[in-house]
Amino acid sequence: MLNTIWAVMILTAVMYGAFTGRMSDVTNAALDSAGEAISLCITMAGVVALWMGLMEIAQRAGIIEKLTRGISPFLTLMFPRIPKGHPAREYIATNIIANVLGLGWACTPAGLKAMEALAKLEAERGNAGYLAGQDGSGAKNRYASNEMCTFLILNISSLQLIPVNMIAYRNQYGSSNPTAIIAPAIAATLFSTLVAILYCKWKDRGRKAW
Amino acid sequence: MRALANLSDIVIPMLIFFIVGYGYVSKVKVYETFLKGAKDGLNIVVDIVPTLIGLLVAVGMLRACGFFDMLGRVLAPVTGLMGLPVQLFPLLAVKLFSSSAATGLVLDIFKTAGPDSYAGLLTSILMSCTETVFYTMSVYFLAAKVTKTRYTLAGALLSTLAGTVASVILAGRMV
Repeated sequence: MLNTIWAVMILTAVMYGAFTGRMSDVTNAALDSAGEAISLCITMAGVVALWMGLMEIAQRAGIIEKLTRGISPFLTLMFPRIPKGHPAREYIATNIIANVLGLGWACTPAGLKAMEALAKLEAERGNAGYLAGQDGSGAKNRYASNEMCTFLILNISSLQLIPVNMIAYRNQYGSSNPTAIIAPAIAATLFSTLVAILYCKWKDRGRKAW
Repeated sequence: MRALANLSDIVIPMLIFFIVGYGYVSKVKVYETFLKGAKDGLNIVVDIVPTLIGLLVAVGMLRACGFFDMLGRVLAPVTGLMGLPVQLFPLLAVKLFSSSAATGLVLDIFKTAGPDSYAGLLTSILMSCTETVFYTMSVYFLAAKVTKTRYTLAGALLSTLAGTVASVILAGRMV
């Protein structure tokens, strides 16, 4: 994906620059931006290291584990048909908490495990829509279960509470109050997540098994 | 908005106080643990340095060649009508596919308009409440070997739209 985006950006810039006669500007921009990326990373390194240090303490002290267990009622609300004690629940909980705390490195592995566990759940249920592709024709046209849709929509609705990177960028570009956006960001995130929850519950209404 | 502004000021100190305090009381070696986590954090940043160089160069070149100005003029009638900054549309479009490419555009907005301008505040909030729809969907569904994603895309786009509307309203009240 990024291959295409990046190539289109670079090629457009050079062709459009040649067309508008701004090749020397393009040259300078390429060289300056490369240097700028480094100074940005130096600012970011401090903020990210601070955050990750705090999170390491939170993990050792058992705070993250407590939070993961604490959202159990929320999981029951969103995924009423995943049996209690099914591994999918645990992975989903870990993914959600990692998202909330902005632990990017922990989100994706747990999220992928959750999807695999949800796939297994569909196989256990003998869901015709999900199993359809398994025989003969290979893994074509497998349908997502309601749980998968809900999990992904929640995930994409953004759950992060403290936008650590955004604060670091604002700091680097001379904001007078880099953290001023925390509360509005939390409000906007809660709103988009609320919309996601309502949409999923509406789509999932009255279903027993898929 | 005053309450929100006050909340913004106290979130970070309160979090630090709570985490360090809780850790100390639970007999975690807080300082040594902090150092280990901080080191991991540095490694994460080192890993993204090449990405940032690649994307900042691409966005910087696009700005310098006059492409963004041209895009701004083309989009001006639409954005002017809604009172939104021109930069918002390319940003929203790119963010659907790639978070790091969107970061390049965000930094360009911070540099040209300033992080405390309306465009800068809107961008900050918007990036904090949206995710890369297509990237996340393709990676996660690949893990479950699913090809028919049913209503996932509709729900994801709906929540992204909700986040965008909320960002526009909140940023408008902050300026």
